[in-house]
Amino acid sequence: MHMEKYLILNTLSYPVLSAIMLVPLVGALISLLIKDEQRLKVFGLLVTLVTFVLSLPLFTCFDLHTVKYQFAELRPWFSLLKLNYVVGVDGISVLLVLLTTFIMPFCILCSWRYIAKRLGEFIFVVLVMETAMIGVFISLNTVLFYIFWEAMLIPMFLLIAVWGGARKDYASIKFFLYTLCGSIFLLVAIVALYIKTGTFFIPALMDQEYSFAYQMWIFLACALAFAIKIPMYPVHTWLPAAHVEAPTAGSVILASILLKMGGYGFLRFCLPMAPAATLYCMPYLIALSLISIIFGGYLALGQTDIKKLIAYSSVGHMGFVTLGIFLLNDQGLKGAILQMINHGITTGGLFIMVGMIYERTHSREIADNSALGMIIPIYVTFLGIFCLSSLAFPGTNSFVGEFLVLLGAFKKSAVVGFLAIPGAILAAAYMLRLLQRMVWHDSDGHGHHHDEADSEDHGHALTDLNFREISMVVVLTFFVFWIGLYPTPLLKIMDASVAHLLQQISAGGAVSPVDPHAGHHALLEFGSWFKQIMTF
Amino acid sequence: MDTIITSKILLTSALPMLTALLVMFSGKKPNLRESWSIIGALLTFLSVLNLLPHILAGGAYEFTLATLYPGVNIKFHLDGLGIMFAGTASFLWILAGFYCIGYMRGLDEHAQTRFYVCYAVSVGAAMGAAFAGNLFTLYLFYEIVSIFTYPLVAHHQDSEGYEGARKYIVYLMFTSKAFLLPAMVIIYVQCGTLDFCYTGIVNGIFPEGANKLLVVVSYLLCLFGFAKAGIMPLHNWLPSAMVAPTPVSALLHAVVVVKVGVFSTCRVMLSVFGIQLLQDLNLGIFTAYFVSFTIITASIIALSKSNLKARLAYSTISQLSYIILGVAMLTPNSITGGLVHIANHAFSKITLFFCAGAIFVACGKKDIKEFGGLGYRMPITMIAFGLASLSMIGVPGSAGFVTKWFLALGAMDISSIGLLVVLLASSLLNAGYFVPIFLKAFFGKVAPVDQGLSGSLESKPLIMFMVVPLLITSIISIILGIYPDLFLKIINVMVGA
Repeated sequence: MHMEKYLILNTLSYPVLSAIMLVPLVGALISLLIKDEQRLKVFGLLVTLVTFVLSLPLFTCFDLHTVKYQFAELRPWFSLLKLNYVVGVDGISVLLVLLTTFIMPFCILCSWRYIAKRLGEFIFVVLVMETAMIGVFISLNTVLFYIFWEAMLIPMFLLIAVWGGARKDYASIKFFLYTLCGSIFLLVAIVALYIKTGTFFIPALMDQEYSFAYQMWIFLACALAFAIKIPMYPVHTWLPAAHVEAPTAGSVILASILLKMGGYGFLRFCLPMAPAATLYCMPYLIALSLISIIFGGYLALGQTDIKKLIAYSSVGHMGFVTLGIFLLNDQGLKGAILQMINHGITTGGLFIMVGMIYERTHSREIADNSALGMIIPIYVTFLGIFCLSSLAFPGTNSFVGEFLVLLGAFKKSAVVGFLAIPGAILAAAYMLRLLQRMVWHDSDGHGHHHDEADSEDHGHALTDLNFREISMVVVLTFFVFWIGLYPTPLLKIMDASVAHLLQQISAGGAVSPVDPHAGHHALLEFGSWFKQIMTF
Repeated sequence: MDTIITSKILLTSALPMLTALLVMFSGKKPNLRESWSIIGALLTFLSVLNLLPHILAGGAYEFTLATLYPGVNIKFHLDGLGIMFAGTASFLWILAGFYCIGYMRGLDEHAQTRFYVCYAVSVGAAMGAAFAGNLFTLYLFYEIVSIFTYPLVAHHQDSEGYEGARKYIVYLMFTSKAFLLPAMVIIYVQCGTLDFCYTGIVNGIFPEGANKLLVVVSYLLCLFGFAKAGIMPLHNWLPSAMVAPTPVSALLHAVVVVKVGVFSTCRVMLSVFGIQLLQDLNLGIFTAYFVSFTIITASIIALSKSNLKARLAYSTISQLSYIILGVAMLTPNSITGGLVHIANHAFSKITLFFCAGAIFVACGKKDIKEFGGLGYRMPITMIAFGLASLSMIGVPGSAGFVTKWFLALGAMDISSIGLLVVLLASSLLNAGYFVPIFLKAFFGKVAPVDQGLSGSLESKPLIMFMVVPLLITSIISIILGIYPDLFLKIINVMVGA
């Protein structure tokens, strides 16, 4: 069958991709039978850990020298529609799969005390969520992809709507509507592609040539869905609400993995399937990315709620991701993918830290959580590490990602590069502001501190991190520095796939060049003006 | 001589970090804690000394710790410039270690463990910067210095301390993110690497035909990006940072922090751009005149300050620009003068800060107006102050004279009357703000509150912890004027290579 030329079938002793996708689902079903709360938590943790361990061969056995989809499984499904169950990973998705399996145990761990009601359902929902997220990253079939894409919506909605904060109804509905709105366009694109080509197989869809106009429609439909998901200015407004109201685990899933779906979608659908349209739209998306970077950073600067601050910082960080993607060069793409991983670790870590302090003081306001330096030093140390990582301090993971994106940007044009710099400055500003207030003093700057005075201040004694909490943040910290100092293994994994993607774009961009006389004049003129600036 | 590739050179920056850990875990036992601090300082200095012979013979050490991306490594490369800075800073750390004991205990300061930890890490990061083998490593350690000196500046945790520390971190972080980061990226895009040029200071790393505009832009970004060098108009953080305890001002704001800034600026000028390129683009002479403004203006402001630490802060700003001036004139003589001033200024200025702190601990005085008669109650301190002042002014026989001699030679090499005038004028200004302090202490009118008080303030054991180090540094700043050979030799290896 011709599909096999894109695949390297799984040679491990077990079907690794199906296994990591199904283990959480089976675990979710079993969890319904467990009544005892403590056992439920341990069971949930075990399931996520087993999934993580099962996914490790993806890292160790990954073939760096091929652009085919590895560990693939191909089984007939609906023969009528020529629909197969086909899964596989390449250098881009394998990292995101690993990120997902890596982050999920933390979602259980950080809920140990946080979730006070309906624990059984909570574990169920989180595990179903894991299945859906892994499914999205491993599907090589548009139908499968879409099923998982939509399947994520419900557990995430429940996470916010059931275990959320005060304004959970508003936030969950907003999240639901925004995402659904985007996915409808995605569905239209998927159907349109099927009608045109007669296949659902993603690699085959990438190999097709489409007319420029067709590419534009596909690109716009997909890009809207992914731009909402990632989220990009101006469709980002669901994110702060969802983050603030979601429980810690929800925020971690949202920030660490869900947002990455948008970036992944761009890389999997928009760029390879509509290369000419991508090239055409590149300046606009770069502009939107720059706006996201600066706008997100600027709004983060003004927040008094810690979670909101981190949520807006995510908009800025994801702006760097989309910027890197649409620079369409090697450094930009690698930086973008790395930045997705980094953001997953760092922002996940930050949300876990916020959850920890919320469990202690029952407030997420910066003003209520100030001057902690002398009281809970271990907490503050790790908070400092994650904050520094978030502002792309050299030696931490985010620096490498941001540096590569900036490298790509300056390679493209110095103007784009310089326009992205304020984002880096703002990141330093809001993170240091947060750190200064939380560690040193509160906003009204009341003078000299002593331990006794602080305990009175907070009304109750704060306890520093316990073993469970420390073990969580230590693992994340390890990855912060590991990727910060030695990102080579990750860069190597994505190397071949990124090169292949660039080749697809340049080849696709060449065969269907934009015809300047073909109709879209107004857009083109604006575009050429824009391109002149960008190519300085 | 050859370049030796060895992980041995990691030891020098690792030792202070290790010291910090030991200090952290012995926080409950002050004597043990301070011993660690001093032992760590001693070992660090010895580890630098151990590397010296090979460098003096014209060799170098190198080690790559990690690779982030091709051409972006954490890489250490030790040459003459680096070892001079590292040697000076680690030697002064030993003395500062003793001094800290006197100061911190004398004033019964709080959070002393935090203080010693941050102090050690900052020195370690400065060592890392001195040993840096490429721009990224330099940037990494430069930033670590910024972060770990913040708690030191904010040490008192009152609103004045927070305000000063906020200004400090805003200036340093803003400039490094806004200027250094793009500079680094532009340099990488142009050169394909961030490694320094290891084969002398003439040719930088820029390839032929690099975009001139971007070269100039990246140079200016570097010049302003290293705001720790205190070049006006980005100098304001330094006076604000003087709210820190005096040992911090002494070691960090006269030796480590500001010198990391100046060292980085010089390093980038010499090992990234190279004097040939700077000359071709006229950037050298531009920088020389630009920093001349700082030299003169900062001195004039210093004249107007009556708080001793504030006056010293502005004096520091002015003196730092000498170093950059020397390098910017781009002649062998001027570069020698500039670089040797890294060490010369360090010994003299730390003496002055040590004196300011000793006076404050002994009798609580900060303002020069109250210093009348102090010379008789703290004779050793004030004589050391006098010696260090002579070096600052550049009186023959003192360390400062060596600097000014070479700088003047350099100015004549490029036949620039303007810069010569700057040097002379600033020497006069230096005399104008240092001599009155000395005179006041010995011949000034005793303040009404001090009437009738007599007897030495220096006999207390804790004060002795402070007086002995400052005496040593003041004597060294004279010795360096009489036997300037060691540092000149190191620099000749660098400049001549």
